[in-house]
Amino acid sequence: MKIVTICGAGIGSSGVLKVNAERALRALDLEASVVAADVSTVRVVAADAQIILTTQEFVKDIGKTNADVIVIVNLFDTSELKQKLEDALG
Amino acid sequence: MSLPPLPESAIEIDAFAADWRAAVRLSGEALVRSGAAKPGYADEMIRMIDDHGPYVVIAPGLALAHSRPGPQVIANGLSVVTLKEPVRFGHAHNDPVRVVLGLAISEAGAHLAAVAAVANIFNDSSAINELAAATSAAEVQRIMGANPS
Repeated sequence: MKIVTICGAGIGSSGVLKVNAERALRALDLEASVVAADVSTVRVVAADAQIILTTQEFVKDIGKTNADVIVIVNLFDTSELKQKLEDALG
Repeated sequence: MSLPPLPESAIEIDAFAADWRAAVRLSGEALVRSGAAKPGYADEMIRMIDDHGPYVVIAPGLALAHSRPGPQVIANGLSVVTLKEPVRFGHAHNDPVRVVLGLAISEAGAHLAAVAAVANIFNDSSAINELAAATSAAEVQRIMGANPS
């Protein structure tokens, strides 16, 4: 399974989201490759992704996709991440 | 995982910023003092927020200002600016901001270990309050677990 985290530059909040999503996946005992990317490359990077994790600002820029788009409010809230990932994958 | 360098010159305590642009500019100036970025990097960080919104406010009270690797970046570096008076970035949940981190990354491929180290600090939710209350650069470095060199 592939999960893509998206932010504006692809180096800051998407990186934080990647690290914390990996932590949540471990807690859920799920395996996935998590890739951080910037919003301008989302179509290419997320072409084969099952899930896109992002914040509200980028939802409209992501556009049409086959992946489930999950919006995260607090990037450090592991329980929010766990809950939303579990809902999407369960 | 190693944190980008955070020397004393890249830390400013109890700074005054009239608004979020001024706060981001202070974090950029701190990166210039430490030799991590050129003056134009602050403009790039502000442009990211103008273009994409206040997503850099990654947790309550904490902004992670940054732009892409490029000609305005000299070396990997981190800066910490704590604000005397919090400023609003326009974030729906995480305003107002009391601590602004500035992040400069010189190579796109090598950034994740650095960002992961930053993320690990703030998985302890008390770290933001501790930083906001810090009274010296040495205290900020201790909270961040930074190498002072």
